[in-house]
Amino acid sequence: MIVVPCPNCGPRNSSDLRNAGEVAPRPDPETASLTEWRSYLYLRENPAGWVTETWYCRSGCRRYFTIERNTATNEIRESENS
Amino acid sequence: MSSHRLPIRSSELIDRSTSLSFTWNGRAYVGHEGDTIASALAAAGVEVFSRGMKYHRRRGILTANHWDPNLSVQVGDEPNVRAGSRRLVDGMQVSAQNVWPSLRWDLGTANRLVGRFLSVGFYYKTFMRPQFLWHNLYQRILRKFAPGGRVNWKTGTHGEYDKRYAHPDVLVAGGGPAGVAAALSAAEAGASVMLVEQEPELGGHLRWGGPDDLAVLADLRQAVYSTPAIEVLCDSIVTGRYDHNWVAVLQRSHEVAPERLIKARVGSLIVAPGLVERPYVFAGNDIPGVMLAGAVRRLINLWAVKPGSRAVVLSANSEGDAAVLDLESAGVEVVAVLDARAGEDVVEARGRGRVSSVQTGDGRILRADLLVTATGWTAPTSLLNMAGDRPVYDKVAARYFPQALPDNVLATGGIAGDGSTTELTAHGRETGLLAAQRALRLRHDRRAQTPRSPAPESDRPAAIADSRIPLRRSPHPECYRSTTHGLVDYSEDVSSKDLIQAAGEGFDSIELMKRYTTVTMGPGQGKLETVNAAAVLAEAMAVEMADIGTTVWRPPFSPVSLGALAGRIFEPVRRSALQDWHEANGATNLLAGQWVRPDHYGDPMAEASNVRENVGLIDVTPLGKLDLRGPDVANLLDLVYVNRWQKLEVGRVRYGAMVAEDGVVSDDGVTGRLAEDHYLMTTTSSGAGAVWEMLEDWLQTYRPDWEVHVTPVTGGLTSINVAGPRSRELLERLVDNVDLSADAFPYFSVRTGIVAGVADCIIWRIGFTGELSYEVHVPSGHALHVWESLLSNGSDLGVAPFGIEAQRILRLEKGHYIVGQDTDGLSKAPTAGLDGLVRLDKADTIGLPELRAAFERTDLPVLVGLQPDDPTIVPDEACQIVEAGSNQILGRVTSSRMSPTLERSICLAQVDPSLAAAGTSVTVQLVDGRRITATVQEHHAHVDPEGARQRV
Repeated sequence: MIVVPCPNCGPRNSSDLRNAGEVAPRPDPETASLTEWRSYLYLRENPAGWVTETWYCRSGCRRYFTIERNTATNEIRESENS
Repeated sequence: MSSHRLPIRSSELIDRSTSLSFTWNGRAYVGHEGDTIASALAAAGVEVFSRGMKYHRRRGILTANHWDPNLSVQVGDEPNVRAGSRRLVDGMQVSAQNVWPSLRWDLGTANRLVGRFLSVGFYYKTFMRPQFLWHNLYQRILRKFAPGGRVNWKTGTHGEYDKRYAHPDVLVAGGGPAGVAAALSAAEAGASVMLVEQEPELGGHLRWGGPDDLAVLADLRQAVYSTPAIEVLCDSIVTGRYDHNWVAVLQRSHEVAPERLIKARVGSLIVAPGLVERPYVFAGNDIPGVMLAGAVRRLINLWAVKPGSRAVVLSANSEGDAAVLDLESAGVEVVAVLDARAGEDVVEARGRGRVSSVQTGDGRILRADLLVTATGWTAPTSLLNMAGDRPVYDKVAARYFPQALPDNVLATGGIAGDGSTTELTAHGRETGLLAAQRALRLRHDRRAQTPRSPAPESDRPAAIADSRIPLRRSPHPECYRSTTHGLVDYSEDVSSKDLIQAAGEGFDSIELMKRYTTVTMGPGQGKLETVNAAAVLAEAMAVEMADIGTTVWRPPFSPVSLGALAGRIFEPVRRSALQDWHEANGATNLLAGQWVRPDHYGDPMAEASNVRENVGLIDVTPLGKLDLRGPDVANLLDLVYVNRWQKLEVGRVRYGAMVAEDGVVSDDGVTGRLAEDHYLMTTTSSGAGAVWEMLEDWLQTYRPDWEVHVTPVTGGLTSINVAGPRSRELLERLVDNVDLSADAFPYFSVRTGIVAGVADCIIWRIGFTGELSYEVHVPSGHALHVWESLLSNGSDLGVAPFGIEAQRILRLEKGHYIVGQDTDGLSKAPTAGLDGLVRLDKADTIGLPELRAAFERTDLPVLVGLQPDDPTIVPDEACQIVEAGSNQILGRVTSSRMSPTLERSICLAQVDPSLAAAGTSVTVQLVDGRRITATVQEHHAHVDPEGARQRV
């Protein structure tokens, strides 16, 4: 169980939050092809290394925020767009 | 039964004024407070405690502590109790495991005669073929020979297991001199400390040491117990270390719970488990009477038990030398001391049921009933492995040492090196200080990172460098195996010969060898066996120990019972404000997610009929309710629902369905507009939480410029559905300031008014049941009053409560689908019957490209109404719809009930598009294998498809 730093509630057990996954930009639904849309739905980088991901503070302030996490070491650092 | 109890020893743990009665294999014995099961039996002269797993050879005390592989016993209902560490309790019923018919006469010993057939890999090679015999024959017979105790499935003797969360700055794993010293200095530095010791008391090896050791121990204990910042947990063990210093502690003895799992988030973890003494591999090394030096020292000094009368000692270190002195002081005749440092050796122990003679390396045969070996140490590096370290072998000291540890894990004591008690405690103190300093900096950082907590009252503690003087590594001979073969793994009956054979067959990496031979895979998980196994492999491969590596130690460090893992479940149960009333009035409950709610009040069919004929009340509080306010609510609704919302007028409600970004139906419900910028959204009962989180995600992440405030009011409003042809008449008696007439309050409208004197009730007119009905959302504090008023004012109208089952019947008669029951992961909105609802000409809507694409699809299953041709047969839900002449699956029944209104069975079903036309005959396979025919209906609704009843 890792510790995830919520910008409001501070460092919390990850069980207090929900991992909403790797950040994937949503294409414009008006112009996106089905292929582009399905890449957004199903394809992620999933690197063994640094990933920008969204977390939801579901047991605390209920804020969605992003962090950068190294999936190989679970080292965590602030994301620029949190 | 001769007594082997010695005169009083100054270090003994037993309280001789007590007398505890217990039985061993049915015979009565007596021990003292402070005895383990093993020490009490040993004091009474018991020599054989178990039988080997494969060959069923007799086994006695080997290590006399928790890791002793020969001391697993059954205590009452509890199997696999470790008699080497479990303290004796009055009335215990102890028996041997894995023996039949008895420990003394064990038929399993016949395996010895066929021993060569039970060699390594025997099972793999023998029971492979023919495959069908595995289930029918092999497995059944082999199970009779499985080791371990008996589980009593009806056991009810244990209490409730428990869990606890803890956040100490410093956790010390191991309460020997170094660990205790570390805890003390960490506490002095301002850290909160949890000190965890596996044994029932602190002190480690000092406990069985001389007067100087005992004096130091007394001082350390006194200091620890007078330091409030240190929480001492004895008879407890750290079983695992996980990411970000998440540490699992199994607390074995607790006032209330038989076991408690402590989940600790730790600033710094200090690993100080000491060392585990290693057995020596030689012929006969499992005969009772072969013991490790630590075992005889513990037996003599802690429990005043004389371990034998004539001893041979093989010593490679000071522990062996000390054992010689202890044996002499206990009146044991030491026949010979063989010094392994000078090349002396033991070749074989002989005896039946007890050692009778020992053959030495120089060919002497000595008569003795006790052979004591002191051939070195295994560093129990589990917690270091779990922290990412790969300990390295030091040839000079003949054991493994830590290599590179993360900053928040520190090692001290024997695992880090050798030293006198003074040197060990000094190293412990420095380690404790360093650990505390790092933990306090982390605590400061975490506080500073938490905007909602007060700012730290002091500056960040300064970092200090790791200036500890490393403990030295004393030279030790590499003593692993004699010139003969013996057991490496006592629990699994794996010998050095087996390992060499496995290496010869090609299993020549330690990880492969482990899996092939099961060496280190028994209850001890390698504490005694790992290093000897590596040594034998190195010998077989003719390489250095350092080149072999070891298997990776994984959690748990020590067995954890399933009860402790399950513990207490922290799951809330939700109850509506009316649940007490339901239970007082005959409701049979069901659990729906977190909610407990009435399934029925005795007769669901009658409850349903009463709704069709008179008027019924149902508590639908679990229905998700979200209060939405702000100028952009209509934009939000347009985004999250597939239909249009911009033109919903104040006072109107509308049905909406939601899909996920993949176009699959995810939730549905009605939303009403209460005022210009104020809406109330309802969701399915199970989807309430997910919809709320989804709305927040859109508002926070993608549309932060929208002004919408979402408040969940599911529990705050108690929802009562008043349904039936006489519902209007009933409500008119209780509602003030709202005109309920059909013209003033049409279908799919919402009003706010006073019900039974309760203000701010939201009433909307919808019809899940297909009848004229009103859903009344009452502030929960007044809900019981409104519910009881509805009942007492409607007795002449036939009002009665109905439960979930009646509602399911009614909604199925009406053909209303339930998301997640009648839809699934292939239910894209346009093909799930929502093609008329979906609007594609919106600025944006969730899943828009998938909705567009789904309109082009002709291959997705279609939801249809279905009626079995035999009206008395109700196919179970999830029955398959198949092709008549084959097993080709063409759909399934998603909902089915007997309809009290139609007096026939009715269904909803998902079918292949080729079967979706009204009038199509389909074949349904029942659970019992029979096949029946059923006919696809024109509408989902079986009753009143035109909706006339709900629009009156």
